[in-house]
Amino acid sequence: MEKRYVKDRLRRSMMFVPGNNPGMISDARIYGADSIMLDLEDSVAFTEKDTARLLVHNALKTIDFGKKEVVVRINDLASGLGVEDLEAIIPAGVHVVRLPKTDSAQDVIDCEREIARIEQKNGIPVGSVGMMAAIESANGVLNAREIATASDRLIGVALGAEDYVTDLKTTRADGIELLFARCMILNAARAAGIAALDTVFSNVNDDEGFLAEATLIKKLGFDGKSVINPRQIAPLHKCLQPSQKDLDKAYAVMDAIAEAQARGSGVASLKGKMIDRPVVIRAQRLIALAEADDPVEEE
Amino acid sequence: MVELEKIPHLDEISHHGVFQGVRPKNTATFRQRTVAHNKLMPSLEEAIRRTGLKDGMTISFHHHFRNGDHVLNMVVDTLARMGYKNLTLAASSLAAVHAPLIEHIKAGVITHIETSGLRGELAEQVSRGLMDCPVVFRSHGGRAAAISSGDLHIDVAFLGAPSCDPYGNANGYSRDDDDSIACGSLGYARTDAKYADNVIVITSNVVNYPNAPWAIPEDDVDYIVKVDDIGDPKGIMSGATRYTKNPKELLIAETAANVIEAAGYLYDGFSMQMGSGGASLAAARFLREKMLAQHIHCRFALGGITGQIAAMHEEGLIDRILDVQSFDVDAALSLKKNHFHHQISASYYASPLASAAVDQLDFVILSALEIDTDFNVNVLTGSDGVIRGAIGGHPDTAEGASLSVVVGPLTRGRIPTIIDHVNTVVTPGATVDVVVTDQGVAVNPNRPEVAQKLKKAGIRVYTIQQLKAKAEALVGKPDPIRYLDRIVGVVMYRDNTILDVIRQIDETEA
Repeated sequence: MEKRYVKDRLRRSMMFVPGNNPGMISDARIYGADSIMLDLEDSVAFTEKDTARLLVHNALKTIDFGKKEVVVRINDLASGLGVEDLEAIIPAGVHVVRLPKTDSAQDVIDCEREIARIEQKNGIPVGSVGMMAAIESANGVLNAREIATASDRLIGVALGAEDYVTDLKTTRADGIELLFARCMILNAARAAGIAALDTVFSNVNDDEGFLAEATLIKKLGFDGKSVINPRQIAPLHKCLQPSQKDLDKAYAVMDAIAEAQARGSGVASLKGKMIDRPVVIRAQRLIALAEADDPVEEE
Repeated sequence: MVELEKIPHLDEISHHGVFQGVRPKNTATFRQRTVAHNKLMPSLEEAIRRTGLKDGMTISFHHHFRNGDHVLNMVVDTLARMGYKNLTLAASSLAAVHAPLIEHIKAGVITHIETSGLRGELAEQVSRGLMDCPVVFRSHGGRAAAISSGDLHIDVAFLGAPSCDPYGNANGYSRDDDDSIACGSLGYARTDAKYADNVIVITSNVVNYPNAPWAIPEDDVDYIVKVDDIGDPKGIMSGATRYTKNPKELLIAETAANVIEAAGYLYDGFSMQMGSGGASLAAARFLREKMLAQHIHCRFALGGITGQIAAMHEEGLIDRILDVQSFDVDAALSLKKNHFHHQISASYYASPLASAAVDQLDFVILSALEIDTDFNVNVLTGSDGVIRGAIGGHPDTAEGASLSVVVGPLTRGRIPTIIDHVNTVVTPGATVDVVVTDQGVAVNPNRPEVAQKLKKAGIRVYTIQQLKAKAEALVGKPDPIRYLDRIVGVVMYRDNTILDVIRQIDETEA
């Protein structure tokens, strides 16, 4: 079976692109985001839903997105639009379907059933298309663990903050209002072995605020963050980039491991300290992150 | 007592005989003298009569007032009323505000135009065959050279000035009370003032002598006319030019800055010029970050100057500014207050007959409407074949700079920027080194060492054909523009050779 998606890959930035804007869709790949998310949901007015669906269908078929992960955010199934969205994007070649407003594991299961049906109908191997779930309510946050393990197709869970803070009867502020949700979602993702993705920062002119939020989610342990303006991508990647000091240490760890293996020893040490397995994993992750920003994209 | 015959070798010493005493001393106050003897004319008509302007002669104007200019229309209206015919109008550039020229062309007052650019209704009409004699387009440097060599002889220059004293010292701003109208540098006007047979300065602000520092010295000025209105300040100067927020332009700008650094032209003491277009201007912002990080500074910035360049000067990152044209209010203010922000003439800026400043440029960042697979650039005619731009200093700086970087989006809406053949060659491809688009960079095969350096720095280099193919994959190949045989414009290269022609557009049903 040939999967269209890679479960474990770099997802520092997921760029939102309104599905009814052809100029932005055709330019989406040039800004260096790790994932491109073509939106059929909240950035598209109700009267534009058909236009956007048709446009995204054709974009998936004709536009070269290079090595980017291409995600489409569908409308939720309860809206009555979600299935039509799936019918349009799955045959056209979407990598990952982003399910909005996920309140329970059942939402994921229902969506997966539709995806499998459409795959089958179109002669696409069942399981080709990946999924991710956006959690945007108190219910969803409390069910995060079940949501994150509801399907093998899930590549990650994401926080959708705007709806969530409304549900909580608060507003977006300095981030304290999202702390519980972020921690819940992050732990659910890690327990399930999938990616944890943070919400958008909507004031595109507040560079400092954006950087503070990016720093916070890096500290918490998120893989990355949704962005609504291409200008946010470079600062985000820079923020998530490991420091030279950490990187030097990571390379030293990997060198010590290689040296130990060459000696035929199972135990490696650095500066007199034994290197534990978590240390190795962290070093590998750091190096992968640092080497991800190679500007030369092969075509 | 001087005895001439006793001076040896007297025939080898230039002299006017023996001192015979001085003229009676003038004891009037300087204020009184200014009233009695000055170049102020009672009217524009009187000034024109005194110049001896005749039918068939050439008049000139500068474009420092851009789309806020009221001088050119006022002068040509006056000439028409006075019954002049068959004049050549040689402006450093023309803007949309000059559409009233159409009626004067139809009436035979103006029968030939030389300019750097045309815009608006006049440009549309010229492209539809308004004039019998083709409009001659020159770059700023090419125009300066043509004027100084006599290829373009100016009989009377009509030069608007925001301030002027009664003897003709004129400037693009005022150091006296009234600074309501300012255009900053008067660089293009300086060349006209120097070489024209007669120079009339038209000002709304006569200030006390001496109007120092001046852009145009009194010995280049014959007459001065005071009028109530020389222009609309809002049209003359836009407010502060802001850096673009368009992510695509920012991406292009950042790539251009990376290209310049990778090519080795960003070093301590470099020189630069950049346009006022979104992406080329924004490159300044990324260059600034690199300069701060690497502790390097720029020896001089040249050209049309923006507030961003002025700010970098005030920050200590740029030692000197050579300003032929101030693009915005902040640049004009900087010219007024910063000693090392210096105004220069068009000749000094870019004349191929002078040792021009463009020949000292490390790099220039230029915009483009179209670029072809031979790297030729068009900034003059639109994708519909209609004239809608200006050559400016494009070919001058592209030839002069060690590295010319042309920036633009790969496509504009449904129009590709990179094509097989540009509509109008304004800058020959041999002088264009690097093309930077949002979708990739191409290097002129003439500069293999630049391509190598970019690759080494991790910048993916495409061939120009690959970029063209990318553009076509996105928007397809446009139908060719239909032209008639009739030539409506001639594009001169800097050396006054004919580089290309512009034909009348064909609007008949296909």
